[in-house]
This record gives sequence, structure tokens and C-alpha cells, in this order.
Amino acid sequence: MSKLGLSQDKINQARQEAKIVADHTQAFIDKHTTDSVERTIVRLLGVDGINEFDIPIPNLVVDFLKHHHDPSIGIAQMLAYYIKKHNTTLDDIVAKITKETLPPQTIEPLSKEEVKKQLFPYYEKQMKAIVAQRATRDKFKQMHKLDRPMLYVIVATGNIYEDVTQAKAAAKQGADVIAVIRTTGQSLLDYVPYGPTTEGFGGTYATQENFRIMRKALDEVSIQEQRYIHLVNYASGLCMPEIAAMGAIERLDMMLNDSLYGILFRDINMERTFIDQYFSRVISAYASITINTGEDNYLTTSDALQEAHTVLASQFINEQFALRAKMPPHLMGLGHAFEIDPTIEDGFLYEYAQALMAREIFPEAPLKYMPPTKHMTGDIFKGYAQNTLFNIITSTTNQSIHLLGMLTEAVHTPFMSDRYLAIENAKMINQTMKHFGDEITFKKDGKIQSRAQNVLHDAHKLIKDINKDGLFDSLSKGVFAGIKRTKDGGKGRLGVYQKDPSYANPIIDDMLDSLKEVN
Amino acid sequence: MGYNLDNKIKDTNKNNKNILPYGDTMNDGKVQLSFTLPVKNDEKGYQAALKTAQNMTLENVMIADSITLEEEFTMYIAYGTLTNGVNYDDIHVEEAVKHTLSKDEIEEKIKLHFDKPIVVVGASTGTDAHTVGIDAIMNMKGFAGHYGLERYKGIDTYNLGSQVENEDLVQFAKDKNADVLLISQTVTQKDVHIKNLIHLIELLEAEQMRKDFLVIIGGARITGSLAKELGFDAGFGPKKFAEDVATFFVEELINQKSIKNQ
Ligand code: B12
Repeated sequence: MSKLGLSQDKINQARQEAKIVADHTQAFIDKHTTDSVERTIVRLLGVDGINEFDIPIPNLVVDFLKHHHDPSIGIAQMLAYYIKKHNTTLDDIVAKITKETLPPQTIEPLSKEEVKKQLFPYYEKQMKAIVAQRATRDKFKQMHKLDRPMLYVIVATGNIYEDVTQAKAAAKQGADVIAVIRTTGQSLLDYVPYGPTTEGFGGTYATQENFRIMRKALDEVSIQEQRYIHLVNYASGLCMPEIAAMGAIERLDMMLNDSLYGILFRDINMERTFIDQYFSRVISAYASITINTGEDNYLTTSDALQEAHTVLASQFINEQFALRAKMPPHLMGLGHAFEIDPTIEDGFLYEYAQALMAREIFPEAPLKYMPPTKHMTGDIFKGYAQNTLFNIITSTTNQSIHLLGMLTEAVHTPFMSDRYLAIENAKMINQTMKHFGDEITFKKDGKIQSRAQNVLHDAHKLIKDINKDGLFDSLSKGVFAGIKRTKDGGKGRLGVYQKDPSYANPIIDDMLDSLKEVN
Repeated sequence: MGYNLDNKIKDTNKNNKNILPYGDTMNDGKVQLSFTLPVKNDEKGYQAALKTAQNMTLENVMIADSITLEEEFTMYIAYGTLTNGVNYDDIHVEEAVKHTLSKDEIEEKIKLHFDKPIVVVGASTGTDAHTVGIDAIMNMKGFAGHYGLERYKGIDTYNLGSQVENEDLVQFAKDKNADVLLISQTVTQKDVHIKNLIHLIELLEAEQMRKDFLVIIGGARITGSLAKELGFDAGFGPKKFAEDVATFFVEELINQKSIKNQ
């Protein structure tokens, strides 16, 4: 029974509309591939490293395809062809491409079965590694279960070794999830940097080596604390699926992964990033990695009271996109946020309504609930009080991923002590209000119920409108976050190709096949 | 060490030549702070915290609490008193805008002094993806009840959004024959904004265009003195709105015109 008096019919209708939105977009996605999708295939074949100019080998391999062949056949087709033709190994072909000693030939496309046959021995290793990582995580979590929201904090020093110090301290204080924030600007790089890094601005580079360093540190703390410490990074920006693959191999547990965020807040081309998102979500589903979507951010540029329904509409759409990637609901960390201006009368009631509404509509999703950011100011004392209100809602409406608010949000990236204070605040609320949510019901048609019903109503209406115009055109009208983006605009557009009939991606096929069994 | 304020306060009259922090009695000099030391939470750590506060010239230091963050990290909440005040009368502030004009007054001035619209080009530049600040200044809607420049009669605005390269901004400004450039910078970690802003100034100088525009910066951590230091015409931080910056550039452009006409 809904405590908010939400109509299940209405919810179903909204979901149905969102399904059509996603289906239309998926039809486009299925016909196309991108530079980063192709580089991801190369990475999953086990190719890694950089050349003497720091250019990643996967980029060199895909550039070879683009310069000498028709990219629409895909990198798998090209590599399989050369391996077979030269009767040699992948390593040999990649080495020749890197040294510029491979004479380009006219490719007569192989059958898809043949492509798979040629490449399977290479990607099988990575697939197995991913499955093994999944098992390691499952086993640990099975042994040490958590019965409360996961406490999530960020580290953002720019230096992976300093991040490790901060992350370990936070985990020992009680954090369950550590997100290593990425450096500003990485989302627009069309390659993934390599190796350990110590220079970042507002965050640290996402590199496979940095993933490994942090994973190792958190595994140590997990064992000490007898509690699994989750690691988060960003499968977003122009290298979305590549980072998803790296994360799957290095056992990240959550990935921020939302093309809508990239379109709106980083001006990434929408066609590019929807195609990228699909592969990245398939990989994450296969690796049992929880995604975090980014609709909470809409409320930083548009008003939280007026535009609450845009968040819900986007959650419905994101849910459908995740389902298209065969991602089960328990991996859908749909985002929302506590961002109403703290001077608004009854603001707390509206926040409560919104949070509980999301919980009721997405009962299995590990909702990612974001703290106040926009209305945080230099008054850190007031900020601490704002965060307390947020914590009450998170705890008593049973949100799953509890992003802890920092009292210094408006001033700097967190100090060690800020994280400590945040964790203590959340623990106190979780402890003293543990069953508060179970104890209360809401006045029929009171402020809280009406608010939730209205938001649902408006969200349904918005999804219907999006359906009418199509998602791409709707985005160009500024339906989310008040930001307008055009289909042809944004970064990364040149890396989009229509697939040739001979196009092959045996890796995604295999992943999808095995996911059918999982679901 | 005892913690006693009373015997320290000799004179409870406010003295502008020696302004001290105020706890609950004039001139008590009371300060409250917190900091973290990378040490164990033990007696030795406590002494280290006392000395840390004393290094800040605090007297009568009291460590109200010491909290273990990790084995080797302890947070301290400390109190102390300052006796060395500041001479308030000696402080002189140079503000870019002394009296902010209202939107109407600004529009009136433009009408009086200019025969074509003032062209303003703005952006959040470099890798910075924050637009709320520049939008607050430029967009129709404005911010916190202050309309943005787009709504001003006599001002033509172009807001290029975020992540705009300095080169692109300068090219655009050139093409539009801009009078004023507005640059917003929000991310300041490791001085990324300083590097970006210096790059812009160098670019303008290399192209011999520094004098072609008034170049104004803004953002949560931007101050007027930082702007001057880096070679900009002005800088605006929090709680500054379209009318503040418009007052500045309209008056400055009028000044420049009158110098030229002399
Ligand atoms: C909203 C927000 C975002 C949104 C931005 C959406 C958008 N389109 O703008 C999103 C979610 C995208 C975002 C992303 C990031 N953010 Co952010 N974000 C904020 C937040 C919550 C609010 C900022 C804001 O909008 N303030 C409201 C505006 C109106 O204030 P303002 O910018 O100061 O503007 C006023 C004045 O300064 C002035 N002004 C501003 N510009 C100009 C220009 C001129 C010419 C003039 C005259 C005046 C002027 O006028 C305005 C009105 O008074 C702050 C935290 C906070 N509460 O401050 C963090 C914060 C600014 N973000 C931060 C960071 C680190 C990031 C990221 C780099 C994180 C990451 N690693 O991914 C990314 C950005 C990546 C990138 N490439 O830049 C840090 C910055 C730390 C620092 N000082 O370096 C903050 C402080 C949070 C934190 N504590 O970590 N962020």
C-alpha cells in the first residue's frame, strides 16, 4: 500500500510512456557504433598500454581502422580479418599497428561466426576475469550483510595516493562507499589516461591503474572492518564504455553512468553518448556493477520546487534504458536530491514526499539520494543543519545509497574532518530514528500526499510530451535542467558511425546472452 | 592551564584602533576554531594542539575536544583569546563599484552616453562546467531577484555557456566587436582558474587586444584584488549581481570615452 496515496495505474502509465521513449532511442542506438565503443572492444580483447607519445594503444588500433578502412565494419571485423589473413595472433597485429608496420589491405568481411571464432580466445580471458570479480564481491557481501543505507562519501584530492589515505580514513570512520571524483575536464578527453596519477583538479584522473590502487586499499580495509567497502568512479563522458570495462575488470562496485548528464552538463553529443551508454550498461550489468544516474543535478540549474517532476520523469526513462541493457532493477541507482531552498515554508515536507515517492515507485532500485549542494553557503554551521534535515529523510524513507552532505560544500572539496562530521551526523540519525519511518503515516490528501501525487502527475505528463517530440527533440527544447542541446551539437559527434551489415561485436552479444540467463 | 577570560579584559569599550573578536563581552578576543593534526589522539597530541593554537598567537588556549579521525589523525576543537587587535580605522578598501546603480539608472546612463548598444560577451571558460554564476549575471531571469544583463535596454549580450576555450571566446568577441568580456570561474582547486585566467590575459596581449575590451572576471572565490593582480579590469564574487558589474562597465566605458575625447 502506498503511504502517499499514489495511483498504481498512473505509475504504470508513466512507465509505459517511458518504455516507448526508450524503445525509439534504442532503435537508433542499435544501428550505430562509436569510437569509444570500438576502443572498448579492443580493451576487452586484452589490449592496453600507451606508445611513446602517451597515446593509448586502443586509440591507435581504432585510428588505424578509421584511416585505412571503413569504420562502419567495426574493429572486431578488422582485427579478426588481419589475424586470419596473416595466420597470426592479436598481439602481433596490434604490435604491427603500433609500430606502423602493418600494410593496410582490402578487407573482405568475415561472417559474424568467424569473427567470434577468431576473437573469442582473447576476450574470453577478460570476461572470465569480470565474472571472477563479481564472485569475489558477492561472496564478501554475502558474509557481511548491511541492513541500512550505505554511507557514501567522496575523495577528490587529485592525487591517487592522497585519495587512498582519505578513503581509508573515511572507511574506518564508517563510510561504506568511496567515490573517487574525477578531475575537471576528463569527461571531454577522447582517450583514457594511463598509469597512476597525482595531478588532478577538483578530482583525480580515472585510469585503470588508479582503480587498481584504490581497490587494493579498500579491500584491505574491508577485511579489517569486516564490511565491504564499495568503490565508485565515473563511466561517463566521451569514454563511457571504456571506463565501464576497466571498472568491470578492476572490480569497481558502482559507476556514475548517465548520458543525459553528459549531454546537459558537459555538452556531449547526444547520439554519441546514448550509443556509448548502452554498451557501458551492458558491461556493468554483466559485472553486476550498480549504476548511479544523475538527474539530481537538474535541480542545480532549475528550481527544485518547480521542477521536481523532471527528476522523476528522467528516472522513469533511465530505468527503461537500463532494462534495454538487461540490467536488473537492483543495479539501478536512480538519482534524486534534496535541493529545495531552505527558506521555503514546509520545504522539508516536500522533500519528504519526493524521497518517499521515489522509494515507492522504484521499490527494488538502490536509490542514490543526494544531499543539499546548491543552497549550501559559506555558513558551514547552517550547512550542518541542512545536512541533518537531509539525513532524517534519507534514513526514514529508506534510501539505499546515502550520499553524505559536507558542511563545507560551498567552500572546498572535503577535508578529512568534514567527512568525519558527516558520517557522525548520519550515524546519529540512523541510530536514533531507526524505525521512525515505519511508525508514521500521512494525512490523507495532506501536504505530503498531495505533493507526491502532483509530482507524479506532472512527470507523467512530461514523459508523454517527450514521447510526442522524441527524446532528441525534447532535449533541444530544454526539458531537463532548463538546458537546451541539439542533436548535431556537442562534443564527440564525429565519432559516431552507422553500422555496416557486416558489423560485429561478439563481446556484447555474449554478454547479452549470458544476461538473459541471469535475469 | 586554567581557562579564565575575566582577568584579561581591562577595557570593555569598543576601540576602533584595536578591534578584537567578540565572544560575549567587548574586547574578550574570543576565538573558536577547529583543525586536524596528523597525530595520535593522546596527551602528546593534546600538547601539539595547544601549541598549534598558540602559534596562531592565541592565549588561554582551551582544547574543548579531541576527536579521533583515524589512528594518526585527530581533530581538535579549540578556544583561545586574542589580544592583538586590528586598527579598523587604518583599513582602506578600494571597491570597483562604490555606489551600485539600479537597472533603471544604468539604462538611463547608457541612453545618454552611447549611440549604439554595449556588446557584452560572457562565458565560463577553460574546463569549467559551472554556468549558474555567469547565467545569474547574464540571463534574462537573473538571480535572487536581480534581473540579468540580457534584460537591460542598451546592452546586447552573448552568453557562450561553459567549457569555452579562451581562443574561442576571444575570436567570438572580436567578431562581435565586443566592448566587455565577462569570465566566470568556479573551480579553483590547485589554482586551475589562475592558470586559465593568466592564459587569457597572455592571449589578449599577444594579439594586442587587451585594450580592446573591458575584461571582467567573477565567481565564488574571485575578488577584486585578485582580478587586478592578474591584469583584469575588475573582479566580482558572491552576492554581486548584474547591476554591480553593469555599473562598473558602464561608468568605465564612459570614462574611457571622455579620456579619448579630451
Ligand atoms: C551547481 C554545482 C555544480 C553543477 C553545475 C551545473 C551548472 N550548469 O552550472 C554540476 C553538478 C555540473 C557541478 C559539477 C562540478 N563541480 Co560543482 N558545484 C555546484 C555547486 C553546488 C553550486 C554552484 C552554484 O551554482 N552556485 C550559485 C551561483 C549563482 O553562485 P556563483 O557561481 O558564485 O555566482 C555568483 C557570484 O560568484 C558571481 N559570479 C559568478 N561568475 C561571475 C562572472 C562574472 C563576470 C561576474 C561579474 C560575476 C560572477 O555572480 C553570481 C551571483 O551572485 C557548488 C557548491 C556550492 N554550494 O557552492 C559546487 C562546486 C562549485 N563544484 C565543485 C566541483 C569540484 C565540481 C566538479 C569539478 C566536480 C568533478 N570533479 O566532477 C564538477 C565540474 C566539472 C567541470 N568540468 O567543471 C566545487 C569547487 C571546489 C573548488 N573551489 O575548486 C564546489 C565548491 C563543490 C565542492 N565543495 O566540491 N557542480
